[in-house]
Amino acid sequence: MSNPAILVENVTVHYGDVLALDAASLSLEAARICGLVGMNGSGKSTLFKAIMGMIKPDAGRVLINGEPPAKARKAGGIGYVPQSEDVDWQFPLSVRDVVMMGRYGHQGFTRRASKADRAAVDLALDRVELSEFAGRQIGQLSGGQKKRAFVARGIAQGATMMLLDEPFAGVDKRSEATITRLLKELASDGCTILISTHDLHALPQLCDEAVLLMRKVLMHGPPEVVLQPEHLAMAFGLDVLNRDLPDSDLPDSDLPDWGFTDHAVSNPQGRS
Amino acid sequence: MDLFDILLEPLSYDFMVRAIITTALAAIVCAVLSCWLVLIGWSLMGDAVSHAVLPGVVLAYIVGAPFALGALVFALIAVTLIGVVRNTSRVKEDAAIGIVFTSLFALGLVLISVTPSQTDLNHIIFGNLLGVSIPDLIQVLVLGVVAFTILILKRRDLTLYAFDPTHAHAIGLSPKRLGALLLGLLALTSVVALQTVGVVLVVAMLIIPGATAYLLTDRFSRMLVIAPAISAVCSIAGIYLSYYLDTASGAMVVLTQGAAFAAVYLFSPRQGLIGTGLAKARRKKAVVLAA
Repeated sequence: MSNPAILVENVTVHYGDVLALDAASLSLEAARICGLVGMNGSGKSTLFKAIMGMIKPDAGRVLINGEPPAKARKAGGIGYVPQSEDVDWQFPLSVRDVVMMGRYGHQGFTRRASKADRAAVDLALDRVELSEFAGRQIGQLSGGQKKRAFVARGIAQGATMMLLDEPFAGVDKRSEATITRLLKELASDGCTILISTHDLHALPQLCDEAVLLMRKVLMHGPPEVVLQPEHLAMAFGLDVLNRDLPDSDLPDSDLPDWGFTDHAVSNPQGRS
Repeated sequence: MDLFDILLEPLSYDFMVRAIITTALAAIVCAVLSCWLVLIGWSLMGDAVSHAVLPGVVLAYIVGAPFALGALVFALIAVTLIGVVRNTSRVKEDAAIGIVFTSLFALGLVLISVTPSQTDLNHIIFGNLLGVSIPDLIQVLVLGVVAFTILILKRRDLTLYAFDPTHAHAIGLSPKRLGALLLGLLALTSVVALQTVGVVLVVAMLIIPGATAYLLTDRFSRMLVIAPAISAVCSIAGIYLSYYLDTASGAMVVLTQGAAFAAVYLFSPRQGLIGTGLAKARRKKAVVLAA
């Protein structure tokens, strides 16, 4: 197939008077891992929503494998891993319940689980190494386990494309390595993975490519090129260059997590 | 008089039997719905819709249409107005809800005041548990069974909607439609509960059971059993209490549910104030002993 897994063409989105995406374009081949880098308010979440078809762009279009997003959604191809603050961790559901939600698209009117559904859930839990925690209430997992539970939901769903919103926020180093390994395995199985983040530490080890977003796609290329400070400065504001940067043997040195949240462009939707 | 007599005596009156059946039914349906309302954070929405249906019910009474129809129409009007006010002005959602539902409720009161045969309609406001007629009972039964059946059949979708609407969207379901379904069921259920406790107190039955069950379990499937069970027991207990203490029956039902919540809040093994307090004290003591 010659169609890219994700094609975003000149997508423009406004929230009221606020311009969230300005003719953003992006093309991503299947089975690649792509890191979407930008500060809060740069349009990362908006781009996700546009790819999932949750918001209709004012201009431009999105195609998933050459088809409109609605078709990919119906086919169960789009997996989504929400950022932690968007999840109610007190919600009375077990890890297994959450993973089972990945199967709903394949089930009948009442979403009654079949043997095949249960097998798919067991397999997904096993793959993310959460089988022993299947009966736990979701809030009783560690930060990394929480992320893996949602990745398992995407696996159980049979997603061919996974969107992860800030998967490394609140995750310790060890879990970060586990998640990185897991995502690489999924990609090698053909799953296309798009990760939104403003934490740059994990990107070079994880991603095949990186995208720099500031309402439009400023740059798209290999992570070691995109993450060079002079390029980051375009997305994060010029003052980055005036900060104490690590010596520039990038990407091997750990980049600081520049907490840009305070200059965030306000998000009129309340949730980023 | 032994316990048996205490329980049986009220049942010798037909009106008491009807009251108990109606209340138990309304209590169960409301309690099931309340599980989602408390988790989504729609308690205020429940309050709003259950009040805002009043003019619809009054108009339905005037033209002789089913109460449920009028209620559904006005629930829709209320939700639409709340959305419009919130989205097109700088007024925040809670204020929008407050403005819309009180205005619609007031409209209902005005309509009642100009409609002949006021006694019937005043019962909608405060409930008239002891005056439930056979047709009333049938209406509650039909609406209650319809709402209950839909809630149970679609429970997994509704839970998904409550927990993660984005995922619902991503797998091709429509969060908007699920939200609308829940609101429609809220309107329907409000009508069921009107008869029992009246418009003013319906919201109690739409919040307290779910909140109580939430403090007792961390599995949603169990909440769906615990909430209606507690609610039904409390409601029937409330009617008995009102019978023997000669107090307002609808209010007594709500008071009993509130008391049950207070008991769970204090004594629930996992979430209760006293249980968790003791556990904290034990941990502190263990630390002190270890040191």
